[in-house]
Amino acid sequence: MNPINYLYLSALLFTIGGAGVLFRRNAIIVFMCVELMLNACNLAFVTFARLHGNLDGQIFAFFTMVVAAAEVVVGLAIIVTFFRSRHSASVDDASLMKL
Amino acid sequence: MTTSTGEAVEFWLLATVAVLGALGTVAMRKAVHSALSLAGTMIVLAVFYLANGAYFLGVVQIVVYTGAIMMLFLFVVMVVGITAADSLRETIRGQRWLAALVGLGFGVLLIAGLGNASVHAFTGLGQANSGGNVEGLAKLIFTTYVWAFEITGALLITAAVGAMVLTHRERTERAATQRELAERRVREGAQVPPLPAPGVYARHNAVDIPGLLPDGTPAELSVNKTLRSRGQIRDVSGEALEDLKALEQRAEDHAEGKGTEGAANSGAGSGGRGAPSGGTGAEPPNNSATPANGAAR
Amino acid sequence: MDHLIGALVGAPLLGAGVLLAGGRRLDRAGHWIGCLLAAVSFALGAALFADMLGKPTGQRTLTSHLFSWVPVGGFRADVAFQLDQLSMTFVLLITGVGTLIHIYSVGYMAHDENRRRFFGYLNLFLAAMLLLVLANNYLLLYAGWEGVGLASYLLIGFWQHKPSAATAAKKAFIVNRVGDMGLSIAIMVLFTTFGTFSFAPVFAHATSASQAKLTVVGLLLLLGACGKSAQVPLQSWLGDAMEGPTPVSALIHAATMVTAGVYLVTRSGVIFNAAPTAQLAVCVVGAVTLMFGAIVGCAKDDIKKALAGSTMSQIGYMMLAAGLGPIGYVFAIMHLVTHGFFKAGLFLGAGSVMHGMNDEVDMRKYGGLRGYMPITYVTFGLGYLAIIGFPGLSGFWSKDKIIEAAFAKGGTEGWILGGVALLGAGITAYYMTRVMVMTFFGERRWQPAPEPDTAPSVEPGIEVHPGDLPHPHESPKVMTIPMIVLAVGSVFAGGLFSINSAFVKWLQPVTGHSEGHSPVTTGEVTAATLVVLAVGVALAWAQYGRAPVPVTAPRGSLLTRAARRDLLQDDFNHVVLVRGGEHLTRSLVYLDHSLVDGAVNGTAASVGGLSARLRQVQNGYVRSYAVSMLGGTAVLVAATLLMRAV
Repeated sequence: MNPINYLYLSALLFTIGGAGVLFRRNAIIVFMCVELMLNACNLAFVTFARLHGNLDGQIFAFFTMVVAAAEVVVGLAIIVTFFRSRHSASVDDASLMKL
Repeated sequence: MTTSTGEAVEFWLLATVAVLGALGTVAMRKAVHSALSLAGTMIVLAVFYLANGAYFLGVVQIVVYTGAIMMLFLFVVMVVGITAADSLRETIRGQRWLAALVGLGFGVLLIAGLGNASVHAFTGLGQANSGGNVEGLAKLIFTTYVWAFEITGALLITAAVGAMVLTHRERTERAATQRELAERRVREGAQVPPLPAPGVYARHNAVDIPGLLPDGTPAELSVNKTLRSRGQIRDVSGEALEDLKALEQRAEDHAEGKGTEGAANSGAGSGGRGAPSGGTGAEPPNNSATPANGAAR
Repeated sequence: MDHLIGALVGAPLLGAGVLLAGGRRLDRAGHWIGCLLAAVSFALGAALFADMLGKPTGQRTLTSHLFSWVPVGGFRADVAFQLDQLSMTFVLLITGVGTLIHIYSVGYMAHDENRRRFFGYLNLFLAAMLLLVLANNYLLLYAGWEGVGLASYLLIGFWQHKPSAATAAKKAFIVNRVGDMGLSIAIMVLFTTFGTFSFAPVFAHATSASQAKLTVVGLLLLLGACGKSAQVPLQSWLGDAMEGPTPVSALIHAATMVTAGVYLVTRSGVIFNAAPTAQLAVCVVGAVTLMFGAIVGCAKDDIKKALAGSTMSQIGYMMLAAGLGPIGYVFAIMHLVTHGFFKAGLFLGAGSVMHGMNDEVDMRKYGGLRGYMPITYVTFGLGYLAIIGFPGLSGFWSKDKIIEAAFAKGGTEGWILGGVALLGAGITAYYMTRVMVMTFFGERRWQPAPEPDTAPSVEPGIEVHPGDLPHPHESPKVMTIPMIVLAVGSVFAGGLFSINSAFVKWLQPVTGHSEGHSPVTTGEVTAATLVVLAVGVALAWAQYGRAPVPVTAPRGSLLTRAARRDLLQDDFNHVVLVRGGEHLTRSLVYLDHSLVDGAVNGTAASVGGLSARLRQVQNGYVRSYAVSMLGGTAVLVAATLLMRAV
């Protein structure tokens, strides 16, 4: 099997995630799609690590995970706060600078 | 180093699952379903990591992503409303077309770019992983990437503090004591006694099922306000009547079989002790009606 | 003595400042302060005159440098005075007649509650006029020139509660602005040509400038002179200026304001001498105005407007003389001085008549007043004889000289100008006799006020308030004395000036003088003038003395009706200038709206429209931004791939 298939899969997942961000209005799902995109990247990194025979790609994927974790924590906190004030999780409802 | 046939089979199977999961994440109307689809994709990715020699990452993927992050998502989904389905109708004019165009274009470009790459075989991680994958990663993290690692630590702490600050609500006034609350309730004259409890004893005790009033109609007040506003009330009043009807039918059949005299006793007995079917405390009208009917007969 | 020149201007200026800034506290004494300072100015002028007479002819010019006004690089404007014979003549006329008018005004304005303000303005008028004639450079002259314009505006519109007075003041100011524009441009051209404003260097180098430039300067100066001196085509303000109190009219017509144009032309004589075309233009303007004023004067029933027409006509004489060059300068100034006496006398007389007639100005409602106001009758009569040029009186000496000088210009021009001047003398005799006869002779055409103890004798049904009816009476002494003094001047000034050609010798060093080549002798001119004069008087007597004067004006001939409307000057101005200006501004406004605003608004609208479109992009929706972000990323990927492919 050609190793490039992993990369194709990664590109596909990334694109699906991107499309999800554009299509969905529920902030939580948008967030999940962002996570999907990050994971697609991680797959590519891991594949590259194996392609090149060193571990730096894996290190990168590791850092991505950490950053993703931090992002999720803050992002979800924002969603919760937003939901409290507006009783909605739609990103379209956050189209104004003030309430 | 080429890949084995087993890996190829594994890839094609799991890749299908991963793509389906990704599509599900995007397409599912309910956030819970999206979350579950995403979790599936992540587990598949974890397997791919393992297959690619990233043993540490594979485990971390499962523990951190599927275990922690996805659970966090589910918590938030529950806070926000588990069954609140998303309308998939587009509201921004031209957004769908533009998004489709841009997404498709991006995907095509990525894949076209990859198509140009001349990748034929893995170098393999045999050498890199010779001392153990975890040890190899540790070596890199604590030597070459130590600075980035420290920074990531700071980032995590900041994120944790940020999340707490964001979700923490400062109380601006003293909380009312129980006495004050009681006095206020009396003063306002609204619902002085405690609210009716939800559920129909002996049959349903879930919070989304309203208690029944003496005339058999549901008492909306007994259900949590949030559920009420979401319209998530399960009305079982009709069900109780149906059950009662069926019970009476059965009682009648039984009486016909045994004779007229014993019917009243039997009916009253089953009504009084009828734990599985007949409502006791919660449905006084029905309850009292049944023996009365039985007695009348 | 030099420093007295500054004081000469300063005294009335001080008076104006004190009276205008002093406020109501000075109401009781204000008029006497005004008179005193005018008299001080006159006394200084007289002292300087005496001093000047004591010096030899060549050293009579006094200069006084007060301070540098605007010293900026090569640009230098000074407040400096120059007192020569020409200025001296004007100073004496302005302060002398001005003081008399001040004294007269004390009586005339006795019942006006704003008398103090009036005297402030009168003093300002004197100061500005003195500044004008004493300046040693064109810029300072211009300052005085504008001061005169301001003071005349304030005084003509003194009774600003009357809309007609306010309008007349504005009209005078605006028409004057047209002339001022000419003068200011002339001064600019002079500065760019000669690099200085001062008279002495300008005149010294005048001949070095090109003919065309001098002609332009001359014509522009003439335009300025036309505005101030009410010459055709800028004459329209003078008649309306009669809306001001009568002493103001006297001051404007006799001593200040209208004489400024003659002064300007005479002062700039060197320039005009070097530019014959401009000089001829001055002559033509003078001749046309002479006839114009005379014709208007014949038709007016308003005594002040008839006199205003006569002023216009007489100033026309002066301009005609000034345009003749060295032949006429002296006589222009001489006529100006004699005219100052008799015209001031006539106006003060008219004011006295109005004073007695309850401010009635229509001569058709006068008649037979000579018995009621004898002093006014005598002084007005002497002024009348002087202006028509009765032999021996002032007008005779100066006007005859101008007619003679006009003939002396030579050639066809000389004959035409002389003829016009001669004809003008006849018309002058006609209209002045008309004024005299209608006012003082004939039967009375006014309704006398009833004696306090008798019942009203008016026709029943017509309600007449006794206060509205005139009861002719002689004016108080404070008014009659100036009239008497002016009458004396009217009688003797001309003769005094002509003894041994005293005035010619006096002024010759400044203006120069030449006899010209008259095709006719002095005797012939005098005889012809007397004949024309007799004809004019006889005609007027036949028309107004012998026959009764109708109280309501007859319809009259076409010319009469046109003359009553000031020969359609206002209609002409309205149709040509006002309408034309309106059309011009309207088209300019249209152009501005459509073209200029169109371009500006179009730019703004297109930017606004574009922004409105662009704003749509910033809709606040995160997902829209995400689309553009992903689009940008796609572009980056594409660019990367392209770079690798290349």
